[in-house]
Amino acid sequence: MAKKKRIEVMACAGTGCVSGGAFQIIDALEKELTAHGLIDEISIVPTGCNGFCGQGPLMVVIPDNIFYGWLTLDAIPHLVEEHFLKGRPVQKLMFTPPEEKEPFPLLSDIPFFRKQLLVVLRNKGIIDPEKIEDYVARDGYTALEKVLSSMPPDTVIGEISKSGLRGRGGAGFPTGTKWEIARKQEKTPRYLIANCDEGDPGAYMDRSVLESDPHSVIEGMSIAAYAIGSSDGFIYVRSEYPLAIERMKTALSQAREYGLLGSSILDSGFDFDIEIREGSGAFVCGEETSLIHSIEGDIPEPRQRPPFPAQSGLWGCPTVINNVETLANVPVIITRGSEWYSNIGTETSKGTKIFSLVGKINNTGLIEVPMGINLRDVVYEIGGGIPNGKEFKAVQTGGPSGGCIPASMLDSPIDYESLVEAGSMMGSGGMIVMDEDTCVVDVSKFFIQFTNDESCGKCVACRDGSEALLEVLDRIAGGEGREGDVEFLEELGAAVKDASMCGLGQTLPNPVLSTLNYFRDEYEAHVNEKRCPALVCRDMIQYYIDPDKCVGCLKCLKNCPTEAIMGELKYVHIIEQDKCSKCGQCLEECPPKISAVIKVTGNDMDSLEQLTEIVACAERKN
Amino acid sequence: MPKLTIDELRKMRESAKKEIYLREGEFKGKVIVHMGTCGIAAGARAIMSAFLDEIDNRGITDIMFTSTGCAGLCSEEPMVTIEMEGSAPVRYGKLTPDKAKRIFDDHIINGDVVKEFVVGIGSERVG
Repeated sequence: MAKKKRIEVMACAGTGCVSGGAFQIIDALEKELTAHGLIDEISIVPTGCNGFCGQGPLMVVIPDNIFYGWLTLDAIPHLVEEHFLKGRPVQKLMFTPPEEKEPFPLLSDIPFFRKQLLVVLRNKGIIDPEKIEDYVARDGYTALEKVLSSMPPDTVIGEISKSGLRGRGGAGFPTGTKWEIARKQEKTPRYLIANCDEGDPGAYMDRSVLESDPHSVIEGMSIAAYAIGSSDGFIYVRSEYPLAIERMKTALSQAREYGLLGSSILDSGFDFDIEIREGSGAFVCGEETSLIHSIEGDIPEPRQRPPFPAQSGLWGCPTVINNVETLANVPVIITRGSEWYSNIGTETSKGTKIFSLVGKINNTGLIEVPMGINLRDVVYEIGGGIPNGKEFKAVQTGGPSGGCIPASMLDSPIDYESLVEAGSMMGSGGMIVMDEDTCVVDVSKFFIQFTNDESCGKCVACRDGSEALLEVLDRIAGGEGREGDVEFLEELGAAVKDASMCGLGQTLPNPVLSTLNYFRDEYEAHVNEKRCPALVCRDMIQYYIDPDKCVGCLKCLKNCPTEAIMGELKYVHIIEQDKCSKCGQCLEECPPKISAVIKVTGNDMDSLEQLTEIVACAERKN
Repeated sequence: MPKLTIDELRKMRESAKKEIYLREGEFKGKVIVHMGTCGIAAGARAIMSAFLDEIDNRGITDIMFTSTGCAGLCSEEPMVTIEMEGSAPVRYGKLTPDKAKRIFDDHIINGDVVKEFVVGIGSERVG
């Protein structure tokens, strides 16, 4: 047996940290530990996503539980000598929140982690996802054991129903009910599909689950398959997730080797195996009937429901499609019981939800929180608030199918119903935080551009509706908005919702409609006053240099990519508006103490233009 | 690897648990080896190895190991501090691997402080 280790270094090797150089850092660490003769007593464990992605590449040193972030190759020799050889944890590599001076040494003290509740991500950062032994050690496959030895399929379905588990892909359909419908179908074979076609921009919950704990998905799938009476499962995952696919392949072959997949699993007579099907990243494939068509090798277009896939799905057979996160909940519910599970969350939304917290937020990362937590806690406690002292404006949930929730609703709880009431939706878990510098018209344009690109084109309402929405939004953002445009967006949005066949079209107007609901004045300012209040839409803003503040330091002038700034050392600089591309470089270059460059919109543009001309004449006279 | 039965899976789980015990964070005691320059020079590494061998041989999983810097009493190195749940930290000095083994037996396993090696009991006050 290998010698006992005194320290384990849990090095995050999720996609985020890997792209930040995690593997190189792991190599350097190994080399350095070997050089100091410490490699026998200290082990390095590559883990899945730790969650605090904004701090990556990162590692946690066990058993002291010390968190190190923003690691670089240069920092490793010092770290090894100080912490691992001499036992002095290195302060400057610890996490220090922006407003604080003292670092938080321990992972358990960092507010980002403190308010989270880990059910699905129970093993994240604790196991090596490529070792089945690690998963088993954390009580992995006990649920499968329990189900196969003592629970008939109906009991399993009853337990899942009682737990209140609902689909985590977004729509929130009760999982137990879905399984029951499929089980009742007479036709066989029945199929089970794990949906990992995660397409929302900025969302990576499912990817992280596959990367950090692939066996929890396999176990959840095995239990689901047993419950519905299926022996063939598929994991549908987009090929943009190479690391997730690789780890899942490794996990599948380990499970087969141990007889946890295949024929007569654990000597029970139950047969089940799983195939990976890679999609090529079309957003519509997340819609279940399109996904089925994609697996069948057809063009991924949705079809009319009913019949629902649970009645007639893959190759016309009963098919249950569950989201990856839903499935990863299943083993815990079986092991700890439906009663325990249903105590977490709200009346109608049980358990936890994973969100990827991104955008204008201090602590970017992946979080798991109990249903019913309010948005304020997520944004300010876990997320650490808005960077650079800016004001919170809205949070976008549900991706291109969801909507924006304004500051006035920060205290509302996060559950399926409350989010719909607020004009958004749970979605799969993307959460994009926006600050005062975000323009809602610009955001709407971004999402409609996305859904317009991704619309499969089968039905007119979605295909042409998104096109028309985009045209009007482009016009409004471009300063060409006309009277009636705002009302037209509302009317068209409602029509696209009503007339589209699948979820993509039915929800694509949400980003527009929800922002119209909460930020109508901003749309009106764009249309009526040709003004962008957040100073974002390029056609409505101009950059100016305040002649009273400018000290003539040449910084903006030298760095202007279009050479639009004229002036000389110690002379007031002036932006030639017809040459300016509005990239904003000058604003960034101007030293904070001077702050002479300003951005203006609407009527301010005219008055400042005159002012600059006067100053320009005056300067030339000197 | 042959296919597992439920019993074999349970056995595998038991032995796998021992491999990851550090990560579960449930410890009834903590051994802190002082590894400042003075400690290392006086042979702290050999003390560390002696302790590690002991937990290895006995299959102990509820004692955590950590190292720290110079404790300010360099003449007493190599030193360790042992913190068992519910009692004051005990600092031992001028250790050898043999003494370490005895401390492991008497103090960590049986809960009896080995008085003759003790440098101090309790922590310094932080003023």
